[in-house]
Amino acid sequence: MAKRIDVNNLNVYYGGFLAVEDVSLAIEPNSVTALIGPSGCGKSTFLRTLNRMHEVIPGARVEGEVLMDGTNLYDSSVDPVAVRRHVGMVFQRPNPFPTMSIAENVIAGVKLNRGRMSKPDTEELVEASLRGANLWDEVKDRLGKPGSSLSGGQQQRLCIARAIAIKPDVLLMDEPCSALDPISTLAIEDLIQDLKESYTIVIVTHNMQQAARVSEKTGFFNIAGTGKPGKLIEMDDTTTIFSAPSEKATEDYISGRFG
Amino acid sequence: MTDRTLTDTSALGELTYRRKFVNSGMTVLVYIAFAVALIPLVWLSYTVLTRGVDRFMVNSNGDHVFNLEFLQQSMRGVFGGSPEGGILHAMWGTVIITGVAALISIPIGLLTSIYLVEYGKGRLKSAVTFFVDVMTGIPSIVAGLFAYALFAILFGPGTKTAVTGAVALSVLMIPVVVRASEEMLRLVPNELREASYALGVPKYLTVLKIVIRTAFAGITTGVTLAIARVIGETAPLLIAVGVADSLNFNAFSGRMMTLPVYIVSEWRKGEAVCNNPDVLCVPEITEYRAWAAALVLILIVMALNLVARLISKYFSPKTGR
Amino acid sequence: MTITDKRETQEVPLTAHSGSFANSAFTGLSTFAASLILVLLAAVAAFLITEAWPALTDGGAVLAEKVQWIKPEDGESLIQVIGYLVFGTVLISTIALLIATPLSIGIALFISHYAPRRLAAGLGYLIDLLAAIPSVVYGLWGAIVLIPVLQPFYQWLGSTFGWIPLFTPNPLTGEVSPTGRVALSASIVLAIMIIPIITAVTREVFLQTPKLHEEAALAMGATRWEMIRMAVFPFGRSGMIGATMLGLGRALGETMAVYMILSVGLSYSFNILQSGEHNTIASYIAGQFPEANSYGVSALIAMGLALFIITLLVNMLARWIVSRRSEFSGAN
Repeated sequence: MAKRIDVNNLNVYYGGFLAVEDVSLAIEPNSVTALIGPSGCGKSTFLRTLNRMHEVIPGARVEGEVLMDGTNLYDSSVDPVAVRRHVGMVFQRPNPFPTMSIAENVIAGVKLNRGRMSKPDTEELVEASLRGANLWDEVKDRLGKPGSSLSGGQQQRLCIARAIAIKPDVLLMDEPCSALDPISTLAIEDLIQDLKESYTIVIVTHNMQQAARVSEKTGFFNIAGTGKPGKLIEMDDTTTIFSAPSEKATEDYISGRFG
Repeated sequence: MTDRTLTDTSALGELTYRRKFVNSGMTVLVYIAFAVALIPLVWLSYTVLTRGVDRFMVNSNGDHVFNLEFLQQSMRGVFGGSPEGGILHAMWGTVIITGVAALISIPIGLLTSIYLVEYGKGRLKSAVTFFVDVMTGIPSIVAGLFAYALFAILFGPGTKTAVTGAVALSVLMIPVVVRASEEMLRLVPNELREASYALGVPKYLTVLKIVIRTAFAGITTGVTLAIARVIGETAPLLIAVGVADSLNFNAFSGRMMTLPVYIVSEWRKGEAVCNNPDVLCVPEITEYRAWAAALVLILIVMALNLVARLISKYFSPKTGR
Repeated sequence: MTITDKRETQEVPLTAHSGSFANSAFTGLSTFAASLILVLLAAVAAFLITEAWPALTDGGAVLAEKVQWIKPEDGESLIQVIGYLVFGTVLISTIALLIATPLSIGIALFISHYAPRRLAAGLGYLIDLLAAIPSVVYGLWGAIVLIPVLQPFYQWLGSTFGWIPLFTPNPLTGEVSPTGRVALSASIVLAIMIIPIITAVTREVFLQTPKLHEEAALAMGATRWEMIRMAVFPFGRSGMIGATMLGLGRALGETMAVYMILSVGLSYSFNILQSGEHNTIASYIAGQFPEANSYGVSALIAMGLALFIITLLVNMLARWIVSRRSEFSGAN
């Protein structure tokens, strides 16, 4: 079931370099939260700390807490690999596994973790996940074809299906539409509205109109200058951020004076 | 004479006859260089093809008819100019020794390349990278001497067995496998690894089931090419395994003949002496055998190269967009 | 059926460290394999030195007694024999290099800048085929087919250019070798064998010349050859040197082709058209090994060690030169 996330005083480091400074925010379950800001402000870096993907880079680390329904994901007893089964991720460029068919791609995460599943269970899961990603009708007749044979938008929905097949609690999306055409983008935005009924969603986007369409809450990240850490400047209801933000920097970004 | 120069605005000045002549001359030279390189290729292939057939046209009864006895007989009991004798024992020897060498080299080479690409860091990684490079330059005869020395010290001098030869070939094969696999593993886009981690898959499963699976066709191609390279090695096998006339399936004891060593061995014999008119005798039979063996060897090497290219062409996953 | 109908709670607790044993095991296994490389190389050095030790430490006279092919009556010792062999190896390899390098550069240029684009890959593959032919087949072909064709050419060389020390005929007979089994033949076959190596590396280097430099030269009104001299060669200079040294390393270690072609001898002569004059380390070892007694084997392995060190140094130098190029490549 969808869970809430509370971040307390999170500092994100690459080795000795502080990339993101002192972030605290709360994310409600079954909601869509958008993170916006100019390039290089640390929003993707921050997003990756939520599923502990950040530490895949050698030397990367965090200080602070990320609580999921009260459990600190960075507690020493917690296995990062297990965290990622609870917090799924969809990337900027669709990346289906090229040696696998569509069906195999969908259950890749499940198979690699849990090994054996009976054939009827597998087929059920494939169908359920593809339906959940609004892709079932388009591919149901060619589940055996390679994953790379789909269009860009379809590939991205396949990646979403793959992510939800392992039944995570939270779904992170790192600029999921930036490599897609407007029609596919719209399809994915509609999908996000469906998905929020089952998951908590956090989406990073540099498309403000998308953030306005899709999210209930929005957080604005900014960076003081190159070499300086990024910070969360303001976080509020989406409608408030886009009509009457409290911070000047937010207003400047929204109205296009920089970014 | 009409003026053939360019306008004066050319930075290098007028395009004189001299410059044009030099340019054309170099073009001709470059074409000639390429043609010269092709001559030995064509000539050698033609020679091996035409002369290699000779042995297949002589059977043990002395009849001039196409036969495959060469592939069915060994050299056991064959001497003088008798038109018999073949490479059955040598082909088996090549298969066994190369097979054992592959069995040793592929796991070590593949795991090393996995280390270098997925896990390696610090001084161990630089040391291994450097020394794999060093290994690619070992002269093949030194590899043979090493294998001989190894077995001489461990098991007593003169231990020439198939396994000794396989060890020598492994020394030559491992760096090739490492380099080829390493390149293929690096070609796997990082985003595939990230997608796997994001699904909560532990690193070792990511490497095994995603990275290797994606690079598999390329790795197979590299391994096939490594085998093709090593199957023609003669000097190390001369040293480590020696010469034999009969079939031997025991990799751990006794000498074993291999195709390339067979070629040298037959060539060394020189022409056979045919004194007795009552006995079937073909003086050039040793040369026929050498060429025929060369033909078989080249066909095997070319077949392996072809297989490698086909695997690469038809089984590579399309990772690009 | 929506995804919400069949929701199960996630079974895996956050603290479950599944797969971590397998993770460590796999990491350990691959690290072990990599370290095996270092162990293997150390073993090569160690075992070779151990077996060569008697020959390396025994005095010249002791060795001469025990090894029948080192003849004290000719005043020869192990060091002297090695001296002849190093000379022969360097002589034959250098001549091979002199023949192969200009050809290889020409071929590489042809494939990178002159041949039609669509054919370039296929043509490159043809040259690579030269590398696929086993050395023993080169030796067979060289000895039986090539040499009879070359011999008349040597005769002409000896009579026309005999005043050049390289091509001097035999003072006793006034002729060059009638068999043609001479150093020059070995060098020619060796050159054919190393052309694909030098070509492959040089071709890569030429293809990497920045288009900007090439177009700048052409825009100045340079002919194609002038463009190559101005843009391609300076960029690829260290790459070409590295490629040549890689070819040299290969030539130094080649055994079978030389063994089958050369009619061997031991001397410091430069007469590459006379037989019975030269031998290389590798070919010598191959020739003497089958009949050698244990001290003979010891001495031969000592020679192998020397060859190993020489080729090691050449290869290391070659790779260092090629890697320097990548820093100063001018591709920035």
